[in-house]
Amino acid sequence: MKTKYFFLSVLAMTTLLVVGFNAQAAQAPLKEVKSAKGKVSGANIFNRLLKKDEQRNAAPAEDGIHDSANDGTHVLQPPLIAYDGLPTSEFGNYVDWVKSLDDGLLKPRYDLIDPTVEPLVMDLDIVREVKASMPDVVFPHKPHTQWLHCSNCHPKIFIPQRKANVISMSAILLGQKCGVCRKVSFPITTKSCTKCHSKPKPADWKPPKSEASLTNPWR
Amino acid sequence: MFKSAMVGLLSMFAVLMLPQAAQAEYADVVINNYADAAGMRPVVFPHWYHRIRFRCKVCHADLGFKFKAGGNKITMAKIIDGKFCGACHNGEISWSVENCGMCHSGVPGMPTQIHGSTVQRLVAPTYKSLDKPAK
Ligand code: HEC
Ligand code: HEC
Ligand code: HEC
Ligand code: HEC
Ligand code: HEC
Repeated sequence: MKTKYFFLSVLAMTTLLVVGFNAQAAQAPLKEVKSAKGKVSGANIFNRLLKKDEQRNAAPAEDGIHDSANDGTHVLQPPLIAYDGLPTSEFGNYVDWVKSLDDGLLKPRYDLIDPTVEPLVMDLDIVREVKASMPDVVFPHKPHTQWLHCSNCHPKIFIPQRKANVISMSAILLGQKCGVCRKVSFPITTKSCTKCHSKPKPADWKPPKSEASLTNPWR
Repeated sequence: MFKSAMVGLLSMFAVLMLPQAAQAEYADVVINNYADAAGMRPVVFPHWYHRIRFRCKVCHADLGFKFKAGGNKITMAKIIDGKFCGACHNGEISWSVENCGMCHSGVPGMPTQIHGSTVQRLVAPTYKSLDKPAK
């Protein structure tokens, strides 16, 4: 029994090391750092978990998911050629798609066949107070309805009534509510929080204290 | 002993959770419910390329694509019947379906997934808040 666990853990550590070093090797041709004492754990690489985009908007043949042995792969368009001249953003495709529409730089069809059909746009902002220090959330119908139809959200994802929906950050991160589309429109990351959390809290706002802190006997 | 085994297992899990291809364009969808099993490369659907030409509404409302990678159970029979990709890749709106390698361009063996999603980039699988009733 014990040997089994031992074996498993050794196996796991080896996987970690192999994959870890592969990842490191793939990132940059770093010089091999030899520790002075030689016997220090190889697990102490500086970034154990951080993953940076090594190459933004990689061409299909180099993006890791397209097979470069497939002839069609080389006919596909590299994203950067298409993005030339579009306003940029700091995450996702690194393109500000909403601004591209507003500036008239892109005119994607709203109808399968007829390029002249105009979208049914509704300009209605919904404010949701956030029970945390983060700025309150503003949901703008305008950019959403420029791309989507009411039926994409109502009533399956959101009941069309203010406050009728329970939304939380964990639900979003689990891919529910606003999180349904955060895999395609823009990702949730440090630089994108304020896109949704856009309405500053009142100047006198203070975070409520947790009960454990109020009754803390060591304070 | 048990502890080290757990640490080992956890680290193995963490490794498996790491994104396999951090470079892929954001929102590229790999679809591989059946392709591999039939000896075809998995399909790669580029959202960026299509959203330059169509609003989400066309595919996700009019054509009925569900918001779930692999969730539409697309097959070639449905495609040549004018459903899903076949609503456009029919030689009328876009190039026709005989261009197998344009869609079936993925690295063999890749599972169905959506690229660059927050979930894919998480260091630990998920985060769940304490289930306290909101005041
Ligand atoms: C609403 C119409 C529509 C649907 C649905 C659609 N496509 Fe397309 N697709 C297009 C158009 C238009 C083009 C551009 C054709 C051209 O460049 O001549 C295109 C181009 C492509 C390209 C080539 C991109 C490049 O780099 O040139 C791929 C790959 C592709 N589609 C895959 C798919 C797959 C897979 C599906 C189904 C899961 C799908 N498409 C569904 C309209 C559609
Ligand atoms: C991207 C998803 C999305 C789309 C598309 C969308 N809505 Fe909404 N809608 C919401 C959300 C989120 C709320 C806020 C619900 C809440 O606060 O609990 C909302 C709220 C509403 C409300 C309630 C407003 C109030 O004051 O109570 C109405 C009415 C509404 N939407 C109508 C529409 C119509 C009409 C369209 C199409 C033109 C549309 N919505 C498109 C997400 C969407
Ligand atoms: C897609 C829009 C969106 C993005 C992006 C977003 N949030 Fe939120 N956030 C929300 C909504 C909606 C709520 C729920 C508000 C409510 O209670 O009605 C929320 C709630 C919260 C809360 C309060 C706790 C809770 O779960 O209700 C915190 C803290 C928070 N967000 C932090 C963040 C941080 C940090 C980021 C960036 C990593 C971020 N949010 C990005 C929409 C967003
Ligand atoms: C417009 C994009 C597109 C083109 C072109 C295309 N396919 Fe597919 N094909 C798909 C999609 C999407 C699936 C579903 C993939 C999955 O779930 O595994 C699929 C599935 C398949 C499957 C497995 C499912 C089934 O229907 O049995 C085979 C085999 C297949 N394609 C063969 C081909 C061949 C051969 C060609 C060229 C004649 C071709 N495909 C052209 C998009 C395409
Ligand atoms: C040309 C058609 C097309 C257009 C336009 C399009 N999509 Fe998609 N979308 C797809 C296909 C195909 C899938 C994958 C479905 C499958 O694998 O069965 C998908 C999947 C998704 C998913 C599910 C990802 C997941 O969680 O697994 C989301 C969310 C999504 N699209 C959002 C959008 C948004 C937002 C837009 C507009 C900016 C958009 N799509 C435009 C065809 C399209």
